[in-house]
Amino acid sequence: MSTAEHDPASAPLDPALRETIATLRRESETPRAAGIDALKAVQKRHGHVSDDHLAEVAALLNMTPAELDGVATFYNLIFRRPVGRHVILLCDSVACWVMGATAARNLLRQRLGIEPGETTPDGRFTLLPIVCLGCCDRAPAMMIGDDLHGDLTPERIDAILEQYR
Amino acid sequence: MAMVDRPLTSYIQPGRQPLDIAGYERAGGYAAMRKAFGMSPERVVEEVKRAKVRGRGGAGFPAGRKWEGVQHGEDAPRHRYLIINADEMEPGSFKDRLLLEAAPHLMIEGIIIGAFAVQAETAYIFVRGEYVLAMERLSRAVAEAEARGYLGADILGSGFSLTIHVHGSGGRYICGEASALFSALEGKRAVPRTRPPRSTTSGLWGKPTVVNNVETLCCVPSIIERGADWFLGLSRSATEGGTKLYGVSGRVKRPGLWELPVGTPLNEIIEEHAGGMREGYEARAVLPGGASTAFIMRETFDVPMDFDSVGKIGSWLGTANILVLDQRRCPVGLLRNIEHFFAQESCGWCTPCRDGLPWVERILAALEAGEGAADDIELLAHHVDFLGPGRTFCDLAPGAMAPLRSGLKFFREEFERHVSEGRCPWHDTAEGWA
Amino acid sequence: MTTFEVDGKTLTAKPDENLLQACLGAGLDLPYFCWHPALDSVGACRQCAVKQYDGPDDQTGRMVMACMTPVPEGARFSIADPEVVAFRASVIEWLMVNHPHDCPVCEEGGECHLQDMTVMTGHTYRRYRFTKRTHRNQDLGPFIKHEMNRCIACYRCSRFYRDYAGGRDFDVFAAHDHVYFGRHADGALESEFSGNLIEICPTGVFTDKTFSAHYVRKWDMRGAPSICAHCGLGCNTIANARADRLRRIVNRYNGAVNTYFLCDRGRFGYGFVNQPDRLRAAMGRGDDGSLAAIDRDDAIARLAALLRAGGTVIGIGSPRASLESNHVLRQLVGDRNFYPGVSAGEARLLRLVADILGSGAVHVPSLREMETADTVLVLGSDLPNAAPRAALSIRQASRGAGIARAAAVKIPVWQDTGVRNHAGDTRSPVFIATPASTRLDDIAQRALRAAPDDIARLGFAVAARIDPAAPDVPDITEDLAAAAREIAEALLAAPNPLVVSGVESGEESIIRAAANIAAALRARGKTPALLLNVPECNSLGLALMTAGEASVETALARRASLVIVIENDLDRRAPAAAIEAGLAAARLVVLDHSDSPTTRRADLVLPAASFAEAEGTLVSAEGRAQRFYPPIIAEGGIAESWRWLVAAARAAGLDACEGLTTIEAIAAALAAAMPRFAGLPAVAPPADFRVVGSRIASETRRYSGRTAIDAGRSVHEPMPPVPADSPFSATMEGHHGTIPPALRPVFWAPGWNSVQSLNRFQAEIDGPLKGGDPGVRLLEARPDATLRYDATIPAAFSPRLDEWRAVLLPRVFNDDEQAGRAPAIRDRAAPPALVLNAADAASLGVAAGQPVSCAIGDAREDLAVEIDPALPRGVVGLAGLAQTAHAVPAWLRLRPAEPKVS
Ligand SMILES: Cc1cc2nc3c(=O)[nH]c(=O)nc-3n(C[C@H](O)[C@H](O)[C@H](O)COP(=O)(O)O)c2cc1C
Ligand code: SF4
Ligand code: FES
Repeated sequence: MSTAEHDPASAPLDPALRETIATLRRESETPRAAGIDALKAVQKRHGHVSDDHLAEVAALLNMTPAELDGVATFYNLIFRRPVGRHVILLCDSVACWVMGATAARNLLRQRLGIEPGETTPDGRFTLLPIVCLGCCDRAPAMMIGDDLHGDLTPERIDAILEQYR
Repeated sequence: MAMVDRPLTSYIQPGRQPLDIAGYERAGGYAAMRKAFGMSPERVVEEVKRAKVRGRGGAGFPAGRKWEGVQHGEDAPRHRYLIINADEMEPGSFKDRLLLEAAPHLMIEGIIIGAFAVQAETAYIFVRGEYVLAMERLSRAVAEAEARGYLGADILGSGFSLTIHVHGSGGRYICGEASALFSALEGKRAVPRTRPPRSTTSGLWGKPTVVNNVETLCCVPSIIERGADWFLGLSRSATEGGTKLYGVSGRVKRPGLWELPVGTPLNEIIEEHAGGMREGYEARAVLPGGASTAFIMRETFDVPMDFDSVGKIGSWLGTANILVLDQRRCPVGLLRNIEHFFAQESCGWCTPCRDGLPWVERILAALEAGEGAADDIELLAHHVDFLGPGRTFCDLAPGAMAPLRSGLKFFREEFERHVSEGRCPWHDTAEGWA
Repeated sequence: MTTFEVDGKTLTAKPDENLLQACLGAGLDLPYFCWHPALDSVGACRQCAVKQYDGPDDQTGRMVMACMTPVPEGARFSIADPEVVAFRASVIEWLMVNHPHDCPVCEEGGECHLQDMTVMTGHTYRRYRFTKRTHRNQDLGPFIKHEMNRCIACYRCSRFYRDYAGGRDFDVFAAHDHVYFGRHADGALESEFSGNLIEICPTGVFTDKTFSAHYVRKWDMRGAPSICAHCGLGCNTIANARADRLRRIVNRYNGAVNTYFLCDRGRFGYGFVNQPDRLRAAMGRGDDGSLAAIDRDDAIARLAALLRAGGTVIGIGSPRASLESNHVLRQLVGDRNFYPGVSAGEARLLRLVADILGSGAVHVPSLREMETADTVLVLGSDLPNAAPRAALSIRQASRGAGIARAAAVKIPVWQDTGVRNHAGDTRSPVFIATPASTRLDDIAQRALRAAPDDIARLGFAVAARIDPAAPDVPDITEDLAAAAREIAEALLAAPNPLVVSGVESGEESIIRAAANIAAALRARGKTPALLLNVPECNSLGLALMTAGEASVETALARRASLVIVIENDLDRRAPAAAIEAGLAAARLVVLDHSDSPTTRRADLVLPAASFAEAEGTLVSAEGRAQRFYPPIIAEGGIAESWRWLVAAARAAGLDACEGLTTIEAIAAALAAAMPRFAGLPAVAPPADFRVVGSRIASETRRYSGRTAIDAGRSVHEPMPPVPADSPFSATMEGHHGTIPPALRPVFWAPGWNSVQSLNRFQAEIDGPLKGGDPGVRLLEARPDATLRYDATIPAAFSPRLDEWRAVLLPRVFNDDEQAGRAPAIRDRAAPPALVLNAADAASLGVAAGQPVSCAIGDAREDLAVEIDPALPRGVVGLAGLAQTAHAVPAWLRLRPAEPKVS
C-alpha cells in the first residue's frame, strides 16, 4: 500500500522537500523542465498541490505561479484541489467499457456514496475517472494510489476497498 | 535461454521478477551492444533499415529511415537526443507496459544501440505517469547498467557516451505525439509542433532528436546480434520484418499479449491465441490497433496483421492491440466512449479538435440516450470529413475520426435505429458487468 | 518576388512571406485568427484554410493553412474551392459552439474580428444544440475587463503578452475545450503593455475598462489622428470622443513608429482630459485676492493690458506643449525672454541631446528600426519605465540571433513556434547598465548595476575599446575593462549596432559616453544608431527650438515683472523657494488645461486645450515631427495656448504674432526662422486640405443620434460646428475615401470593421501605410557631419559615509504629470519609495516597507524603503518621485523616520 497520510497543504514545504526540488532543478537541463517532477514530489507528500505550494515550487524553479500553473493544470495527474487519502483512478476507456467499467463505476459510487470527482466525507477516498491504464487484458481496471487492480468484479472491488483504510 | 524466434519476450518469465543485469547477461543480453560498438553507427543504421522494422508506436514509419534522417559528419549539430516513447495511452493498448516491466534491460540495450546509431548522448525514457512499476524497474535497471559501465562516459572504451533519464509523464494522451512530447519534457504544456522543422533537425530544446517507441527499440538488439536477414525471416509478411506483440482485449476467453510473427492473420490471433469468444458472445468487429484505428468487420478477419495488409482494407495496424466488439455491446456507445476520450485528451490548441470533438461526443451521447436528432448522423459525417488528416494541427483528431468514419459506414443501421427508436437498442445491457 | 496563382489570378509575393500575408497583401479576403502580423504564424485556428495544387495537372489539391504555407514560384492555390469554403465556415461554427450570443451588449460589437470573419465565411445557422461551457472571469485591474466566455482560443493574447512583450503573470491554463487565458489569480496585470490585449484579442475577451465606464460604439465616436502625450516616443494614436468626452485611445498604426502597440500609460493616461480639475473657463484674481471665472474677452483684455504695461516680460514654454504654442510664446516675448519650461538639470541634458542629435553625425533610429538592431547597449536608462515602447522594440531586436539560427536550418521567419523552439535562449546581445534592475534584464546578455558615474565610465571605456583614439578611462578596474571589452566587441561585430541612453539617466556624462560610443563606431566605419530618450512628448522639439542654458531656474532669476507660463507646472521644475523668490514681484499668467499649484498661484489663468481639443506638432525622441488633431471641438473658453496669445497680442496692439493665425502659418514661420525645422510644413496636409471640395469626415458614416445627444435641452438638430482651420469636418459629412495617412481618423474597410482592417491600409502587410508613414524626420544623419569625442570622464563613484547619492528611478505609472491625473493610472501608480541596497538598509537599521526620512530639494519627506539587492551601495533610488527631478542629482542624508505619534 503506497498511499500515505498527507501532510497539510498550508504549511510551507519542509526543507527536505525543498532540497529535493533543488536537486531536481540541478539535474534538469532547464529549471522549467523539473516542473512536473517537482509538483509530483509535492503531491506525493501533500496529496495535492495547493496554491501556496505551487507558488513556492515556482519560485524554486525561477518561474512565476502563472507559468507553473499553466503547466500544472494541463496535466491529468497533478491535482490542484485537495483529494482523499487514497485516490481511486477508475479506467473509463474503451476496453474497460466493453468489460463493464460502467457497472464498476456504479458500484463504487454506491459503496463510497460519492460521484466521480468527489471525496468521501471521511477523507478516505477520492474517485476519479482515468484514461486507459494499459491493463486492457485485465479489464475493468483501476488504480488506487500506485497500485493497479484488474479483473474487477463486485466481490473483488469490495475486498480491495477493504485494504485501504 | 536463446532468442530463437521470440526476440522480444524470450527474456520474460511469466509471473517472475524481471531478469537483473546478471541474469540478462547470462541469457545472452548486452552481446548485441558489444557487437554494435564494433560496427560503425552507419552500419548499425543500415542493418536496422534492412530489417524493415516499422515503428511500433502506431504510425509505422520505418525505424531505419528515421535514423538515417539524422545528419552525420563533422559539422552536424551536436548534442542529440534519443527519446523512448513509453507513453502508451492509446486506449486498448497494453504492450509497452509488458516490455518495460518485464524486460527493462532489453529496453536499455535497445536504447544504447539506438543512441549509438544516431550518436545521441542523452536518452529520455518518457513513461506514462501511471506506469509506476515500470518506472521503478527501469530506474533500477539503469542504475545497474551504469554500475556495469554500460552507461556513462566512454562506454566500454568505445568512445561513445550516453546518459539515460527516466521521466514520468504528468499524464496526457497528447504527450505521446512525438513533438508534443518535446514540449512535455521541456516542462511546458504538451502542445504539438509543426513540421518543418523535422525533429531530426530541431527537436527537444531545438536539438536533433529521434523518437522511437518502446517495442521498436526492443527489436534492435536481436537485429544487431542475429542480423537483418534473420529478423526478416521471423516475419510472415513480405514488407516488414520481425515479430510483434499482438494483444487482444474484449470478451474473448483468454485476453492477453503474444509475440507472434508479423503478419499473423487476425482470426488466428483471436481464435488460437485468445481462445476465441466467450460463451454466448460473437465477435462483430475489431479495432485492430487502438482507439484511433478503423473497425475491421468479420468478413475480413483473415487479414494478415501487418501495416500494409491492414491498410489495404481501410484500417491501420496501429499498436496491433486488438479490441473485440461483440454483439452485446452497442457500437454507438463504444464510439461515444472513444470520442469522450479524444475530446478530453485534445490539447486545446487547434479549433477543429478542441471544439469539434466535444460536439461529436455530445451527439453520440444524445444518440445513446435516445435523444438523437434527425441531422445528427449528417453532422457526425461532417466532422468525420473536417477533422480528418491535414485539417487539424496534429494526428489526434484524425485518429479520433478513424473509428467513427468506419462506424458510420459499417453500423449505419444501428445509428439510424438510435434515432428512429428514440433509445439505444442495447439499453438493457449497456451498463452491465461483462 | 515570386509569382503565384490564386483562383486563376496571378499575384506576387515577397520571398519571405507566407501565403496568408501574400493574399491579404493582394487585397483578397481570407479569414484568419491566430495569425497576426507582429506575432506571425502558428497554425492553431485553422481558419485560413486554402487548397494547394501540386502542379498544373493536379485537379483535387490538398487543404493547407495559408499562414503556414510558403509561396514558392509558380505555386497554385484556391480560396474559392467549395471544400475549403465549407471548412472555413465550419471553423467558425466550432468557434461559435461555446461563444455567447451577446454581440448586442458586447463592447467589441461592431469592431469585432470574430463578427467580421463570421460574415466573411458565411456561417449563420447554429446547429450545436447542447449547453455551452462557462468560465469564471477575473478582475485584471483598472485597465482591462475579462470576459472569458467570448474566448475562441486563438492563443494570440498569451503569445503577445508572454512571447512578444515578456510578461510573466499571464498564461494559458487547463486543456481541451477548457483552455483558459488569464492570470494565476485575480489581480492587476503587471505588464505595462497589457492594454494591447484589447486590440490583439480578435473578440471581446479583453476590453478597455476605462472605455467601458463611458462606452460608445465605434461608429458613434468622432476620431482624430493623435500623438501620445505621455512620453517622448511619439506613438501614433487615434483619440475617440463623443459629446465632448474623450472616450478612449487606440493604437494608430505607423509602420515606422509604434506599429501595433502602445504602452498602458499611453493608452489609459487619457483620463485626465475628462477630469473635474480641468480648467474650462478663464479666471482672474479679483480684488479680494481670489481667483474667479471671467469671460473670454475680459481674459484677453487683461492679458493685453499686462503686455502693454511694460517691464520685463518673460515666457516659460513647455515640453508638453506643441511646437506652435511654444513658438508663438517665444515670438510674443522675444527670443531672449523665452525659456523652455524645464529644470536646470534637465535643460542641460536636453541641450546635450539636441546638440548630439542635431550634429547630423549620428543616426537616430525609429522604433521599428530598433527592432532590427543586432547588438544593443542601454546606458543608464530604465526603458520599461521611462520609454516602454522602446523597450518593446529592443525585446524584439534581441530575437534576431535566434531567428538567424532558425533560418540556418530553413525554418521560415514567420513560423513562430518553430523559430522560438529552435532559438531557445539564443539571443542577440543586449547589454544594460543601470543603477537598479529593470524589466528588460531578462533578455540581457549582461545587466550591470552601477552608480551613474560608473555607468558613464563604462560607456567611455567601451568607446575607447572600439576606437583607441577615443579618450580612455583613467584608473579603470579590471572588471570594468572586461565588461567594456565584451560590449565593444559585440557592438563592433554587429552590422546594426544600437546605443540607447536618455535624459532619464540623469547624468550628462552618461549621455556624452553614449555619444562617444556612437562616434567611435562611426570612426570604425559602422553606422550606429543612437537613441537618446527624452521625457515628454515635445521635449526634443522644445530643445531644438532653444539654445544655451535657459531653464525655469534661469527664468525665475530674471525677476521679471510679467511671467507667462504655458502648459506647465513650475513646481515640478524648480525648488519651491526659487519659485517663490522669482515670482514675488511678478504678475503671473498661466495657460494650462488642468488645475495645478502654478495655476493656483497665477493672477490670470487661461484654459488651454489639452491634446484632445488641440491641433499641433510634436517632435519625438526620434526627431520625428508629427501632427495631432482634436477629436473634441473645443467649446466655451478652451483654446490652444497659441490662440490665446495671438488674440492677446493683437488686443495689445503688438505685431509680434502678426500672421500667426493658423498651424500652417506658425509652422512655416518656425521653419523659416530655424533651418532645423525646414521639414515642418510637410508634416501633414494643410488646414485647407480638401478632397473634391470636401473636408475629411471625422465621424463615421454610421454616426447615430446626433440630435438625441442634446435632446434633454433641445429637440432641434444643432448646427454642426465648423472647425476653424482644419482639414476635418466636425461631422459624418465629408470625405471618407482615400485619406492621407497623417489625417486618418479611423481604420475601417468594407468587411473589415475591426483593427484588423489595417491590412487594407498597409502598402504591404506589416509594412508602411499606403501613402507613407506619417511624420517628418528632422534629424537625418549627414555623411560629412562629425562628432568630437568628449573627454570629461567622471571619477569612479565612491560611496560616502553618511550620505547617499540620489538617482531618480523612473516609474511608468507615476512619472507623467498628465497621465498621473487619470484615475486608472493613479490606481496603478506605486507609492513613492526610497530604494536601497539590502546592506545599506541594514546599516540604517531599516527593513523593506519601513519609513526613512530625507530632504529632497527643500522638501522633507518620509518614504518607505524598498530593497533592490542589485543597487550599488551608497546609492539611493528615488522611485515614483519624478516631480523632484529638479533636485537630483544630489547627495541625501537618510535616517529612520520617527514613529508617527497619533
Ligand atoms: C495523439 C498521438 C498519440 C501518440 N501516442 C503514442 C504513444 O503513446 N506511444 C508511442 O510510441 N507513439 C505514440 N504516438 C506516435 C508517435 O507520434 C511517434 O510516431 C512514435 O512514438 C514514433 O516511434 P516509432 O516510429 O518507433 O513508432 C502517438 C501519436 C499521436 C498522434
Ligand atoms: S488535433 Fe489540434 S487540438 Fe487536437 S491534440 Fe492535435 S493540435 Fe491539439
Ligand atoms: S491564421 Fe492560419 S491557422 Fe490561424
